[in-house]
Amino acid sequence: MFNVSLENLVDIDLEQYSLQDYQGSTPRWCSGCGDNAILSAVQKLCRDEQLPPEKTVFVSGIGCSSRFPHYMKTYGFHGLHGRALPIAQGIKMHRPDLHVFVNMGDGDCCSIGTAHWIHALRYNMNMVAIMHDNGIYGLTKKQASPTSPKGLVSNTTPQGTYMEALNPAMVNLGVTNVSFFAQAVEWVPDMLNDIISQAYHHRGFAFVRVLQRCPHFTPTMFDPLLSNPNNILVLEHENGIKLSEAAGRIYKNHESHDPSDIQKAREYAGRHDIVPVGILYRNPEVPCYDEIRRPKRVFTPEMKEAVLNREFDKFSVDIDSSEG
Amino acid sequence: MQDHSETDTRAANILESSGPIQLKEHVVEIVSDAGEGAQTAGQSFGAISARMGNGVWTVEIIPAEVEPPPRTAAGASGIRIRIGSFYITNPGNGADLIVAFNEQALLGRLEGGHLKKSCMILLENKWRTHSNPAISQQYIETYDRLVGEGYKIVELPLEAECLKYTDRPQRGKNMFVLGVLSSIYTRELDIARKQITYAFRKKGQKVIDVNVKLLEGGYAWAQGNVDLRYEVPSTGNTDPQIVTNGNVATGLGVIASGMDICAMYPITPATSASHYLSEVFEDAGGIVHQAEDEIAACAFAIGSSYAGKCAVTITSGPGRALKTELIGLAVMAEIPLVLVNVQRGGPSTGLPTKVEQGDLMSAIFGEPGDAPKIVIAPATIEDCFYSVITARKIAETFRTVVMVLSDANLATGQQPFTRPSFNKEWLAPPIDQSPIPAGTKPYDWDPNTGLSRRFIPGQPGGMHTVTGLAHTQEAKVAYGPGVNQSGCDHRSLKLAAFQKTLKTPTVFGGDEGDLLLVGWGSTKGSIEEAVTNMREAGLKVSSLHLKFLNPLASGIKEILQRFKKVICVEINYSDDISHPMINEDNRRYSSLAWLLRARYLVDVDSWSNVQGQPIKPGEIEDMIRDQFDKSGK
Repeated sequence: MFNVSLENLVDIDLEQYSLQDYQGSTPRWCSGCGDNAILSAVQKLCRDEQLPPEKTVFVSGIGCSSRFPHYMKTYGFHGLHGRALPIAQGIKMHRPDLHVFVNMGDGDCCSIGTAHWIHALRYNMNMVAIMHDNGIYGLTKKQASPTSPKGLVSNTTPQGTYMEALNPAMVNLGVTNVSFFAQAVEWVPDMLNDIISQAYHHRGFAFVRVLQRCPHFTPTMFDPLLSNPNNILVLEHENGIKLSEAAGRIYKNHESHDPSDIQKAREYAGRHDIVPVGILYRNPEVPCYDEIRRPKRVFTPEMKEAVLNREFDKFSVDIDSSEG
Repeated sequence: MQDHSETDTRAANILESSGPIQLKEHVVEIVSDAGEGAQTAGQSFGAISARMGNGVWTVEIIPAEVEPPPRTAAGASGIRIRIGSFYITNPGNGADLIVAFNEQALLGRLEGGHLKKSCMILLENKWRTHSNPAISQQYIETYDRLVGEGYKIVELPLEAECLKYTDRPQRGKNMFVLGVLSSIYTRELDIARKQITYAFRKKGQKVIDVNVKLLEGGYAWAQGNVDLRYEVPSTGNTDPQIVTNGNVATGLGVIASGMDICAMYPITPATSASHYLSEVFEDAGGIVHQAEDEIAACAFAIGSSYAGKCAVTITSGPGRALKTELIGLAVMAEIPLVLVNVQRGGPSTGLPTKVEQGDLMSAIFGEPGDAPKIVIAPATIEDCFYSVITARKIAETFRTVVMVLSDANLATGQQPFTRPSFNKEWLAPPIDQSPIPAGTKPYDWDPNTGLSRRFIPGQPGGMHTVTGLAHTQEAKVAYGPGVNQSGCDHRSLKLAAFQKTLKTPTVFGGDEGDLLLVGWGSTKGSIEEAVTNMREAGLKVSSLHLKFLNPLASGIKEILQRFKKVICVEINYSDDISHPMINEDNRRYSSLAWLLRARYLVDVDSWSNVQGQPIKPGEIEDMIRDQFDKSGK
């Protein structure tokens, strides 16, 4: 009974990571920018999960939101416009030990990098992808994006945009092998934290679209959602997010939705009258490309040498040795 | 097209004339419709010859379409095999002997200028009596015309003979042809039998037996019907050898380099390297990732490199163009990357299956802004293997992009070379993952060399964000006037430091003289063969072959200055100075000529074309003669 293993004792000297351990440079986003809320939620996740900063990588594209990695005190890769996903895939394939996060804007993901988005869903590699969707190009100073609402006046569409906005939820839920899709709004931290945490714990490619305010260029874009919370439909479930009592008093429009039901998820995704928030779809059983492809064992130099010699034998001019 | 080295071939080739005619070398072609097995027969003939000690170069004749229409000149599919009693480095000049499965494929080669006037033709004659009178007429007309023009044609009852051994002659003709060639070239039948056993080892004994019978049938038929025997003596080389094409050698190089990830997107003529790797890489712990596009393939490789070992992406010119922005990123963020560009004809989609060396300038200068990177070009098939190993070493040591410029000529050419002997150092030591001392900068540039220690995710204390934006030594985005200058300075210094490690290349031929040919990449064999022949003819011509194109080694200017005239021989575009519109004010030189002129202020001429064909030694010899005629020597 007194034979207590030291390993079972809590090491009170063990350093715990605090929020500060994940805080990099001071964000240079505009005050009131929704990216700040996403950053806070992600830093909180890292702290709650005690992710070793050196084992965590944030990969981004180009745009306001893609400055994200600079504001984390982890490893970061601020890449090219639209190309965050394939860079992140290369990292994850080579280094399964790393926690990989991707931050993209709506231009990054839904415009210049669309091909990568579609294929990332299909590859279903283990990582969390957050699309900061403010419906506008911010860094290049107010051009319409694919998710801009129809009629939005911008510097490239002075008469207003011509087409209906692309619906990222429908795209996600329409791609083979989609395994996790959630929508959040950055101005409700509890739900955002819950969704990002569940995305982190998902096996496979967890895609989170976060509606994000741009106070500088489109300050009123999300007013209908902010002024009337009933325009948001919260999808709650024991396997999804749980609405706190306090939040429930504000977000009275809520329904129970089982995230394993993709047909129902597609119905919610296609609704124009409300914006569904919560985990629309989750299936941890979808095969992951990285798990399938990654070598199942360690390969020593001797094993590589053996393969090379086998191949040299195969191509040997001397047939007798190639048969050997 | 003119017929090179015709005049002296017979005399030079015939060493003595008792028994079989002794040859220094011969070029053989087998052509057919696609899918008739000409390539298998040719590869086997090459392998048998290599085993008998010959130098060998084989190159496939590939139509642009997967299933071209039968019996057409454009649809000719097949193989060229050059064998010799010396080390063969290129596909040679006109063919000395051709086996054609139909007269249209034969015409395709003839009209393309690929046959010597003295070429001996073995022609399947079943078409003569074909039930379709249009076909039989085509055959007879072609036959009569060629005989009238002086070609020596032996009609070969290929299908009729094969029916004696198999009820599916369509599938067996190629081995019958192998037997015919084995008889004409006095190959040892037992080696040929073993080769067939090897080639069909996966198909079972029954298939092997039929094919051996066809081989023996062809051999016997030629003994009785072809009054011609050649012998090409061995080179005397007894080193163990392997034979592969350049793309397989590249794939082997990837494995041997210790890299674990190859990310690619299908593109001709590069893809067969990835086909080969896909077959074997996993056995050595590697992965071939076929990405959704060229851009993603490059991004995947860069992400993988960033997180540890250097990775490779294999492509061709159009794919390389798509990767441009990412190459700039890798240079800027100092992430190692090996990019193999198996060049094809351009611009745009160009000539997908044909050779060109058109991507040298874009390799060096192709990115926006200043993106210094290292460019190397393998010159032989063996070199494809070692270049990839070298490329990874350089990429990791200098934290930069290394471009390996192969081409379609190397990609599909096959040549025996000394079997590599495994060296553990090829694989490179495991990545250092120790903690980073406090205060170490992610770009702690050495003021003399620009080099800095790269740290990767997983290393405590090293956390930083790499970026393609201008950045400080701390990897912080900054746009101050000194910041980008300093970053560019240090990245450029790495090239200077690397350049100091390069040895001056060796001149082939004499150290000084009247004419120096300068080449790079796959043209080496043809250039040196031409130089050898012309020096034997008494001309003071030499050649210089450059493996490192960027940066260039020291000492090259001094070499150029020791010759009265310097000409770059390349397979890429240059203006024809004799055109009335072209003068020295608007003339566009070939790529390497531009580079040498700019760097060394030396007058360098261009001799190049974009015909999509490997340059033949005979063409270079003609050019050399012209140069000496012009200068009155």
